[in-house]
Amino acid sequence: MGVQNYLYLSAILFTIGAAGVLLRRNAIVVFMCVELMLNATNLAFVTFARIHGNLDGQIIAFFVMVVAAAEVVVGLAIIVTIFRTRRSTSVDDANLLKY
Amino acid sequence: MTPAVSDPLLAAAHTSTTEAFGFWVLAPIAVLAALGMLFVRKAVHSALLLATTMIVLAVFYLAQSGPFLGIVQIVVYTGAVMMLFLFVLMLVGVDSSDSLVETLRGQRLTGLLLALGFGVLVVGALGRSAFDDVTVVGLGTANADGNVEGIARLLFTDYVLAFEVTSALLITAALGAMVLAHRERHTPRKSQRELSEERFRSDEHPGPLPPPGVYARHNAVDFPALLPDGSTSDLSVSRVLVARGDVQDVQPAVETTEQRSIEAGEAPEDVRPGPTQGGRY
Amino acid sequence: MSFPYAPVLAAAEPASVAQASGTADLTWLLLAFPIAGAAVLLLGGRRTDRFGHLLGTLASAASFVVALVLWLDMAGRDVEERATIQKLWTAIDVGRFHVDIALQLDQLSMAFVLLITGVGTLIHIYSIGYMAHDPDRRRFFAYLNLFVAAMLLLVLGSDYFVVYIGWEGVGLASYLLIGFWGRNPAYATAAKKAFVANRVGDVGMSLAIILMFTTFGATDFVRVHAAAAGAGEGTLTAIGLLLLLAACGKSAQLPLQSWLGDAMAGPTPVSALIHAATMVTAGVYLIVRSGPIFDLAPTAQLVVAIVGAATLVFGAVIGLAKDDIKKALAASTMSQIGYMVLAAGLGPAGYAVAIFHLLTHGFFKAGLFLGAGSVMHAMNDTTDMRRFGGLRTAMPVTFVTFGLGYLAIIGFPLLSGFWSKDKIIETAFHEGGVEGWTLGVVALLGAGITAFYMTRVMVMTFFGPRRWAEDAHPHEAPAVMTAPMVLLALGSVFLGGILAYGGMLQDWLEPVVGGHGEEEGVTTLSPIVVTLLTLLVVAGGAAAAYLQYGRREVPVVAPVGSPATIAARNDLYQDAFNEAVLMRPGQYLTRSLVYADNRGVDGAVNGLAALIGGTSGRLRRLQTGFVRSYALSMLGGAALVVGALLLVRI
Repeated sequence: MGVQNYLYLSAILFTIGAAGVLLRRNAIVVFMCVELMLNATNLAFVTFARIHGNLDGQIIAFFVMVVAAAEVVVGLAIIVTIFRTRRSTSVDDANLLKY
Repeated sequence: MTPAVSDPLLAAAHTSTTEAFGFWVLAPIAVLAALGMLFVRKAVHSALLLATTMIVLAVFYLAQSGPFLGIVQIVVYTGAVMMLFLFVLMLVGVDSSDSLVETLRGQRLTGLLLALGFGVLVVGALGRSAFDDVTVVGLGTANADGNVEGIARLLFTDYVLAFEVTSALLITAALGAMVLAHRERHTPRKSQRELSEERFRSDEHPGPLPPPGVYARHNAVDFPALLPDGSTSDLSVSRVLVARGDVQDVQPAVETTEQRSIEAGEAPEDVRPGPTQGGRY
Repeated sequence: MSFPYAPVLAAAEPASVAQASGTADLTWLLLAFPIAGAAVLLLGGRRTDRFGHLLGTLASAASFVVALVLWLDMAGRDVEERATIQKLWTAIDVGRFHVDIALQLDQLSMAFVLLITGVGTLIHIYSIGYMAHDPDRRRFFAYLNLFVAAMLLLVLGSDYFVVYIGWEGVGLASYLLIGFWGRNPAYATAAKKAFVANRVGDVGMSLAIILMFTTFGATDFVRVHAAAAGAGEGTLTAIGLLLLLAACGKSAQLPLQSWLGDAMAGPTPVSALIHAATMVTAGVYLIVRSGPIFDLAPTAQLVVAIVGAATLVFGAVIGLAKDDIKKALAASTMSQIGYMVLAAGLGPAGYAVAIFHLLTHGFFKAGLFLGAGSVMHAMNDTTDMRRFGGLRTAMPVTFVTFGLGYLAIIGFPLLSGFWSKDKIIETAFHEGGVEGWTLGVVALLGAGITAFYMTRVMVMTFFGPRRWAEDAHPHEAPAVMTAPMVLLALGSVFLGGILAYGGMLQDWLEPVVGGHGEEEGVTTLSPIVVTLLTLLVVAGGAAAAYLQYGRREVPVVAPVGSPATIAARNDLYQDAFNEAVLMRPGQYLTRSLVYADNRGVDGAVNGLAALIGGTSGRLRRLQTGFVRSYALSMLGGAALVVGALLLVRI
């Protein structure tokens, strides 16, 4: 088995995450799909680190995790705030910012 | 598998059979779990499926000479982040689920097609890249002093600035979450006295509601209490039960008693079961 | 700092006019009195109501006294030293362009100053009586003083620039006085009409000044006239024609004549002072003053003469048909100024003659207007001559003074008009050739028509049966009104003779306007023959008018009359002409410009804005507010990037 299989898996997971962002309407699920995409890229980074033989890829993956954690905190806070005012977590309901 | 490499965590220049076996077992699980996220209706199920994928990925990190990342993935992601997700899910209602009706016209079809196209493109691009020519170096040398030490060395030398900036990011995120979640109180908190007066001034029932009826043969909560005039009290049963239609009817039992007493030649008034607990309603 | 403009001709330093000294230092007082009067009366407001008329009259009279003193002083000096310049202050000093506010008092200015202050003072006195019952009498006198000051500045300025200030000043005063009773919309319209027509002329004047500045680098008389000889004839002709345009505006000559008839809307003393004696002669003054330029531009000079001749016939014909006594006199004024312009267009030979007629006309026409005012005063402000008749017994003083003015204007032998008008006709014939004959015959014809319409006015007003309105009780005016009339009548009788005696006025003016012109010209007709011919024509005209109006009944309501009469009554359709040729095309032009602006310019701009707005309006529909739509487009973009990368790598 070649190492590139991890990359294929990464691509497939990323695509599924993207499709989830497009298709799901529950803000929390959408958010989770975003996390899935981030994880897919992390897998690619780790695989590249293995291919190139240095740890930079793993470092990047580490930073992605940190940033993702920060993002989750703020994003969930926003979702809670929206839910508090609109009693809904559907991303389609929060559509006032438009033409 | 070369005999020179003894520690699987330090090797991985080439995939071992064990690794290949693990990959082919776990990768479909990850893909299926991810796909499941797309199709299950309840957000909680999505969260569980995501956690599954994340754990699979953590295993892959471990298999690819990244023990530190693998552990962090499990602790931070599957632990902390997913807990946060579940916590928020509980906050906004655990049974919140998408309706099946797509509100945006064409969004579902276009999104699927586009995602599929994108996936085909990326996979195609990967397929075109000649990986066979690339020698996979493996992390044997890099991890010679141990994976954690290697990462630490890089993190506190080359990436120290990014590391420090990240701390600022985290603090900002924490503050931001606090500000966003903070609810401003615009009116003074009401005292117990005020709340009580308010309740008595309103038209609502001020005291405790009447309990359900307790009868000789039935004393469950789905039996309403009887009022002095013989009718049943709506207040004595939970609204939920009313909405569900689970409230039992007192009358049939009364009727049978009545019939029986009539047959026995007694006055029906005497056998009518009165409420065992006195209530004004 | 270097002045970027280099004049074509270097102007010579003024040397020929002495700086004022001694008594001539008082020149500024001429202006100071009326300006102070106007300022006090206008700024003082109602507080000066009680004595306003006296103060105004006093200011004018003081100015007249100063003028007399200056005149005596000037006459006492040698001919070469008579002209003086008093520099007051520097108005503009930019690089090589230099304009002084300076007063040039020479023989020509002196004649005007005496006329303006003299006649002006008499009319001030008359106005005390005429305006006695007007609540705004103080304001009237303020405007009169303002006019006197502006007119004096006009004739005293030593620089075309200063003249222009006075020129605008009299225009303003004229506007204010014509519209003095502006509560009547017709009068306000008349004032506006006069102002607009004057503005057309003023533009000519300002263009002439600009052209002088670019040509000579100076605008004062001395340097411009000295440098004129070096300029091209084309430039001088242009300057001359522009100055003529200015003169036409102010002096109501063709083609800017239309405002004068309507200007009679103002109080009668205003008509007498401004629209008969002084302001309307400013054009003649300008042409005579600019003689050195016109002498070098024969074409412009010929145009001046033609304009004068045309106007004199035009005005006379209108005068034939007018039943309104003031409008008849206004038409007469137009015609008489036509005589002056005609004379001024005859070159050095005619300048003095033009000024001569101007002075005599100033007296007799002012007298006639004051007489007309007196008649109106007596007849409840009626101006229709068909409602007059037989007034000679009711108003003997007015009758006599008006009659003397009448005799003077038609050129009755030995009266003022006889000397001056005869001289113009004579000079016209002297010009020789086709030009001389034509102008002479026209002038002669004009004299005949003048005699006819003035006789008509005289007869219809003072002779024949009384055709008065029921409530008319004619009475003689008070002494404060009749005294000026008497004085002006005396001037009408004797002034011409005095000034003509031994060519006195011509000798006096010669240093300024040039020689008599006796040495040049072709003697086509001897002066005696011209005089006899003139008398003959005048007698014929007067007799015809007498037969027409003295012997026959004058209908109270004007008969329909022949087409020619109707045309003359309608001012020979001057207003219709102006409307058709200037106003309508102007309106159409403006409207089409507005249309082009609205549709073309605005349309392009608005169309562009609408296009952008419309496109944006459609584009903004992409901003649905749905995060998932945005995510879709983001993913599409990412797919495009990946695809592009793949393509490039292949």
